[in-house]
Amino acid sequence: MAHDKKPPASARPNIHETKPVPLRHPSWWIGGAALLIFVVMFIRLLVTNENLHWEVVAQYMFSAEILAGLGRTLLLTFIAMIIGLVIGVVLAIMRLSRNPVFQTASWVWIWFFRGVPPLVQLIFWYNLALLIPTVSIGVPFGPELWSASMNSLITPFSAAVLGLALTESAYAAEMIRAGIQAVNAGQTEAAATLGMTRSQTLRRIVLPQALKIVIPPIGNDTISMLKFTSLVSVLALPDLLYSAQMIYSRTYQTIPLLIVATIWYLVLSTILTLIEHYIEHRLNDGKSLELSLVLSSLFYSKFWAPRRTKVSA
Amino acid sequence: MIATMPLLNVERLSKSFGTHRVLHSIDMSVKLGDVTCIVGPSGSGKSTLLRCLNYLEVPDSGVVFLDGNPVGMRWHGDTLRQMSFNELAIQRQRMGMVFQSFNLFPHKTALENIIEAPIIVQRRKKAEAIEEAVALLDKVGLSDRAHYYPKQLSGGQQQRVAIARSLAMRPAVMLFDEPTSALDPELVGEVLAVMRQLAEDGMTMVVVTHEMSFARDVADHLIFMDGGVIVEAGPPKEVLSNPQHARTKSFLARVL
Repeated sequence: MAHDKKPPASARPNIHETKPVPLRHPSWWIGGAALLIFVVMFIRLLVTNENLHWEVVAQYMFSAEILAGLGRTLLLTFIAMIIGLVIGVVLAIMRLSRNPVFQTASWVWIWFFRGVPPLVQLIFWYNLALLIPTVSIGVPFGPELWSASMNSLITPFSAAVLGLALTESAYAAEMIRAGIQAVNAGQTEAAATLGMTRSQTLRRIVLPQALKIVIPPIGNDTISMLKFTSLVSVLALPDLLYSAQMIYSRTYQTIPLLIVATIWYLVLSTILTLIEHYIEHRLNDGKSLELSLVLSSLFYSKFWAPRRTKVSA
Repeated sequence: MIATMPLLNVERLSKSFGTHRVLHSIDMSVKLGDVTCIVGPSGSGKSTLLRCLNYLEVPDSGVVFLDGNPVGMRWHGDTLRQMSFNELAIQRQRMGMVFQSFNLFPHKTALENIIEAPIIVQRRKKAEAIEEAVALLDKVGLSDRAHYYPKQLSGGQQQRVAIARSLAMRPAVMLFDEPTSALDPELVGEVLAVMRQLAEDGMTMVVVTHEMSFARDVADHLIFMDGGVIVEAGPPKEVLSNPQHARTKSFLARVL
């Protein structure tokens, strides 16, 4: 046979007893070196630039005013998200309903609140009293049961909740609609043949599966919302950013206080990311998992790496 | 009269998808306790016919009668009215259906899949529903898989759970839409065995299938469809061994 006549030129090792040398990745090292230079330069800036005043950052990091602002930012984020999601579920169901009135109403709502910038909405809601001075509840064209002046109802906080929650409701509705549509049509058929009504099918079969699909985008949206809350500083609502602004308007230490706010926003968004990953993996595998695995999953490539094997160990 | 009235009666049923006419004025009837197998080439309309029986597909014209009552519509005095979805749901409880792709609820275990509709739809007590579900799982040979999720089960096991899920509603008739077509060949037998047992127990069944030996052994009545019409129907042994129509002959020559 051919290979008998022509033995290997050099003393090659037996292929069954040797492992191939792993692929080299020189580009990783070149890119890494370039990145490292930038990181060193950035750290040098942070350490040597005296305008940063790290001692001021440390002084205000846990000050009562900043922590109160932090609390308001978190409260606003969660209230706006919860109201937004509840309205969003209703809008999504209306959008997919066969009732043309529901479809149209939902479409107009989403069109409007997705189209108007949240900052414009916040200012608009805050000045609602200029448009409608009093609100009253009563029989249309009949007696009035309850009334109040708009100025007493619209505080900076309620205006902020309205603006943020209504914007969120439009985005949430589109996500949840996509989630519902991603549930296999066979599921609703199976439910129908078991004699389930539409609302039973929706509540027991479709929504549980759809919500699982929309958990990652909702987590993403929560992080967006955390950052969008900084817009409420235009309403003089002392959230995290506005608390920092109030301090630096007294002390003129603009940069250190913006850094305080930045650090807190990063801390919060990191925590929210961790929570989202935890819920996502929990839903995928139904198993409890170790924090270290969730942490490492933040850094593993979802595309090239074998999916989830690292986390569901 | 009641004893001779067929359980299911289909009269002049037609259905088109766009310009494509899938069913041409179909007439058929199913007697209580009978097993009817519908065979025919792909695209012959047999699945559409089955799905019209429980109104998953709404026929363009023609009527399906269940126990003498029209499906999907009702008499209100002398006016015929379209049923609401929830009225239709009550009618559908009488017709169980098993799908080619199983369609188990993935977020529920085998047991939860089975007890869902009895509890939610028929408002039966949970303990009673569980007891019946356990008995049904035993009947389909899966008593040890009660707490498994669908994705942890093989195709054949999933389909047997799906059969149990339908039976839990105590339907008058079971509709099978190519129940073994999505299965690996070695798993087909276990599902057919469950269906054979069901037929022996006297369940009324309408089965769309490609399994000719099942049709020959189990069916009381065989329907051969092609091009949206019933080409030939009768006792399975006669139709299979002595087909009258050229289209039946050429189909059987290909599949047998």
